[in-house]
Amino acid sequence: MEWPDMIERYDIVIVGAGHGGTQAAIVLRQRRFAGSIALIGDEVEVPYERPPLSKEYLAGEKPLGHILIRPESFWGERAITLLLGRRVIAVEPEAHYVALSDRTAIGYRTLIWATGGRPRRLSCAGHELKGVHVVRTRADVDTILEELDGASHVVVIGGGYIGLEVAAVLNKFGKSVVVIEAQPRVLSRVAGEPLSRFYEAEHRARGVDLRTSAVVECIEERRGRVCGVRLADGAVLPADVVIVGVGIVPEAAPLLAAGAAGGNGADVDPFCRTSLADIYAIGDCAAHESRYAHGARIRLESVQNAHDQATVVAHGLTGHAEVYDAIPWFWSNQYDLRLQTIGLFIGHDDIVLRGRLETRSFSIVYRHQGRVIALDCVNATKDYVQGRSLLRSSRSIGREALADTSVPLKALA
Amino acid sequence: MPKLYVTRRDGSERAVEADANHSVMEIIRDNGFDELLALCSGSRSCGTCHVFVDPQFVDCLPPMSEEENELLHSSDHRRPNSRLACQIPFSDALDGLRVTIALED
Repeated sequence: MEWPDMIERYDIVIVGAGHGGTQAAIVLRQRRFAGSIALIGDEVEVPYERPPLSKEYLAGEKPLGHILIRPESFWGERAITLLLGRRVIAVEPEAHYVALSDRTAIGYRTLIWATGGRPRRLSCAGHELKGVHVVRTRADVDTILEELDGASHVVVIGGGYIGLEVAAVLNKFGKSVVVIEAQPRVLSRVAGEPLSRFYEAEHRARGVDLRTSAVVECIEERRGRVCGVRLADGAVLPADVVIVGVGIVPEAAPLLAAGAAGGNGADVDPFCRTSLADIYAIGDCAAHESRYAHGARIRLESVQNAHDQATVVAHGLTGHAEVYDAIPWFWSNQYDLRLQTIGLFIGHDDIVLRGRLETRSFSIVYRHQGRVIALDCVNATKDYVQGRSLLRSSRSIGREALADTSVPLKALA
Repeated sequence: MPKLYVTRRDGSERAVEADANHSVMEIIRDNGFDELLALCSGSRSCGTCHVFVDPQFVDCLPPMSEEENELLHSSDHRRPNSRLACQIPFSDALDGLRVTIALED
């Protein structure tokens, strides 16, 4: 590409104004970093929290003013330059600048890549019709809310956390909701079968038409707008609005094009450094080796991961090098069910049910060679809190002990 | 406007104007105290907005849910007057409330 006219230069340029990017900037200033910091985001909004988008924000319980990561004035007060509504399209690692879609360029000494992911789209016919939405940005949800007004039939494609959370909110709105999952069970990518079956039953009991092993053939159109979803078995589901939640694709293409190692996101070392000099990657797009996944290189799509990796980088850049080793945790709220997850279920060879599903308060414990590696706790915060110590322990813990709810988990650590 | 007094980890105290439509967590966050993590957007899922409440006010606060109690249990710094700031909706009756941001776990 042509050498652009250099217009701005910062000591630290952060690409991505989500949870990871903002946390990196905040911690740098907390630790008295005195250089210049720019935070580039492709959305026009002041940075906001994403988890409420599929929950309280969609439900109308929390307006945008309540989910801003910091008030607008904060960024200026901390001398963090927000460059919003701008998108990085290329990285020049030798010359140390990023090129933006508005044909400007921004120079850096250190680059922190925190771009997260973009929603995976369907590829079938009709996937770009009006009325087909994803849930990743505030703008996505605002458009959904506008269209929901006159809508009665909603089809949610994808039975992951986003799809199920959205289904729960729309069910409460009184919409007729169908959830389509291509796998034989919901949440198959993130949890064990007992949890999947529990959530399937909960949604169905509330009137959600939840269909597993159901493959979308195409989105049907009437007058330029979605009117239905056709399944591979020939069934056609009426739909005024379709919401697609089938995962994200990490946004690392400019880094990879610049020569960074990776493929599924950008590969990083324990300090969150990419293979390119002076470039870090954090959050959903950072592929790191995790001891919580038996050393496998993984990406985690969570606030916890974005936040803790950001902290590692900000500490490293202010003279306190540390490696990323935080225990993964996650939450999902659907109806009156509060799920809290600690650890990763990847590689489990055994599942223990602690408590009874019928009570709607239980935990699912994942073990690997006898060791506890993860817990999914539903309305069971005590297990979530105490389970943390089990994950740190190298001891093998028996099935009977884990299943016995009269014994607190902390007594087993 | 009613006031909330916030003591930081370094011991310094600052009074801020408190809007009754917000939780104590949101008021602390929105007034530039950046040491309160509040990672789960105030959904009672993480326990990272731990504060100590002036004992005088403890009885004026809404009762603690079991989840809040358990999340506070996970802190090494828990005291009898510990609360999650996201679980305290601010109201005019709390004018003058004093809270101290707990140490990070």
